[in-house]
Amino acid sequence: MKTEVSIAGVTLKNPVTVASGTFGSGMEYDEFFDVSKLGAVTTKGVANVPWPGNPTPRIAETQGGMMNAIGLQNPGIDTFIERDLAFLSKKDTRIIVNVCGRSIEDYVEVVERLADTNADLLEINVSCPNVKEGGIAFGTDPAALAKITKEVKAHAKQPVIMKLSPNVTDIALMAKTAEDAGADAISLINTITGMKIDVERRRFAIANKTAGVSGPAIHPIAVRMVYQAAHAVSVPVIGMGGVATASDALEMMMAGATAVAVGTANFADPTASLKVVEGIEDYMRRHEIEDIGELIGCV
Amino acid sequence: MSKTVIEAKILSQDCIATDIYSMVIEAPSIACEARPGQFLSLYTSDSGKLLPRPISICDADAEAGSIRMVYRIAGEGTRLFSALTAGDTIRVAGPMGNGYTLLDKSAILIGGGIGIPPMLFLAKKLEAKKTIVLGFRDEEFLSDEFAPYGEIVKASDAGNIGFKGTVMDAIREAGVTGEVIYACGPTPMLKAIQTYAAEQGLLAYISLEERMACGIGACLACVCKTKEIDDHSKVNNTRICADGPVFNAGKVVL
Ligand SMILES: Cc1cc2nc3c(=O)[nH]c(=O)nc-3n(C[C@H](O)[C@H](O)[C@H](O)COP(=O)(O)OP(=O)(O)OC[C@H]3O[C@@H](n4cnc5c(N)ncnc54)[C@H](O)[C@@H]3O)c2cc1C
Ligand SMILES: Cc1cc2nc3c(=O)[nH]c(=O)nc-3n(C[C@H](O)[C@H](O)[C@H](O)COP(=O)(O)O)c2cc1C
Ligand code: FES
Repeated sequence: MKTEVSIAGVTLKNPVTVASGTFGSGMEYDEFFDVSKLGAVTTKGVANVPWPGNPTPRIAETQGGMMNAIGLQNPGIDTFIERDLAFLSKKDTRIIVNVCGRSIEDYVEVVERLADTNADLLEINVSCPNVKEGGIAFGTDPAALAKITKEVKAHAKQPVIMKLSPNVTDIALMAKTAEDAGADAISLINTITGMKIDVERRRFAIANKTAGVSGPAIHPIAVRMVYQAAHAVSVPVIGMGGVATASDALEMMMAGATAVAVGTANFADPTASLKVVEGIEDYMRRHEIEDIGELIGCV
Repeated sequence: MSKTVIEAKILSQDCIATDIYSMVIEAPSIACEARPGQFLSLYTSDSGKLLPRPISICDADAEAGSIRMVYRIAGEGTRLFSALTAGDTIRVAGPMGNGYTLLDKSAILIGGGIGIPPMLFLAKKLEAKKTIVLGFRDEEFLSDEFAPYGEIVKASDAGNIGFKGTVMDAIREAGVTGEVIYACGPTPMLKAIQTYAAEQGLLAYISLEERMACGIGACLACVCKTKEIDDHSKVNNTRICADGPVFNAGKVVL
């Protein structure tokens, strides 16, 4: 039974990773299960310098999901390399480093600092607010997306995954734009912008007012977008958005994803990602699937 | 790999005051590790509610392998917990967080409202001489159980229990003294304690609350501002779930 998949020449022993920001760098979850069992660990977004993030409350629960406005708090690339990458290097899993920035120069600086580390893949988060480019998030304007993809590709040593925002009208266009600009892979979806109001207190539930919705509630939207993106490009797609079970993951793969990430579900069960790995193997046995590749885009 | 989410059996569940429940669960692995000030992550039976609810340990009996929690119905999750009865099970993980630093100094334990329960476990474990200050809105609960562990001073907003006013009013009026303060309760109370401790040059340990998603230090939802740059985050904030919930009052900004 072959569960390996390949993302831009990097082989993952199984198609399961975790969604950036929901798993730290794996240290905390490694106390619940050996994170080496995952195909890859995707780390929390890291910038060139430490970011303090947003005021609290940063999260709220919603029916079948949650919303967050963490604000990309991170310790900066120096600490990340010394501490987080050092931890992951001892693990037998692939390392996907999620990168964030406020300007193209920020992203390029991080990508260059990662060149001589053992990061296997770089995931570029282009849905951060507060970017220089006229205030438009890189991920929602095709021209800005093409520009940052080209710049990052020009400086990156590892293959580059562009992580797309779902807050767009035409996801296929964004996926194609990233591919044409040189992206080695695409990942989606990031959170969907939402808002929650605490009616008893008559104020916003989250200090930032708007926040990103994630979890099982957004899964059907994510499956649709993964399907549209996968059909628009020939590079591999990593699917995420509400994946909580093996069945959810397989749905993503059948829609066209080569690999899947488990995000918010880690909060409901710290071993959710491991259960997805095991559940996929079980499915392959039950359905006598020799190679997981048979399932990718099979619908 | 030492942590797990367990399916714990409920040994008892009692309503001890309006909307306040005392739940005892069988959790030997947690009971033998538990320290005062730590909390558990409780998962609801509703799969539409993904996030664990943090609830403090009110008592742990390592020999019996049991953990007691006292909680107030604050919303749907805690309402679901309150409907469980002996023999039912609940998914829990823990113990989480760091707990109080137990010092051999005369202590003032301060519990305000639903911050009272964790002080009971602390009162039992702390050997130093202690005065226990409990603040209520208008209904008393749990206070009898503190009797064996020290002198008790009470305060209530309504004035029907002990001193009328806040726990700080009661401390001043009763002339309570000590070398270290341990506190848990609403943020305005903790802020007043922080100011008082600074004025008096007292050491104070306070337990903080914030919305949590992972409960284990991975998601950075539950942060609190710090005076100095934090060792883990490299910015002026710290994770309440993993680096707290108990902090030296002199180190955090409320
Ligand atoms: C470290 C810590 C220890 C705690 N110990 C106790 C205790 O011993 N007894 C007790 O009664 N309560 C305690 N609380 C508060 C308790 O966690 C909340 O009352 C509970 O989560 C409310 O859940 P709900 O589903 O009933 O409310 P809802 O409002 O429906 O919950 C919605 C979401 O908000 C979160 N939330 C709501 N109120 C709070 C709050 N005050 N703090 C943190 N998250 C909140 C919930 O966890 C959930 O994710 C503690 C909180 C923290 C952070
Ligand atoms: C608390 C939290 C923090 C997140 N942080 C990041 C981040 O730093 N970088 C990023 O690209 N995506 C981040 N995300 C988005 C997730 O990686 C993922 O794309 C999204 O949550 C959808 O997947 P899910 O429904 O499985 O959670 C975060 C999501 C959550 C819930
Ligand atoms: S709740 Fe995730 S870091 Fe504290």
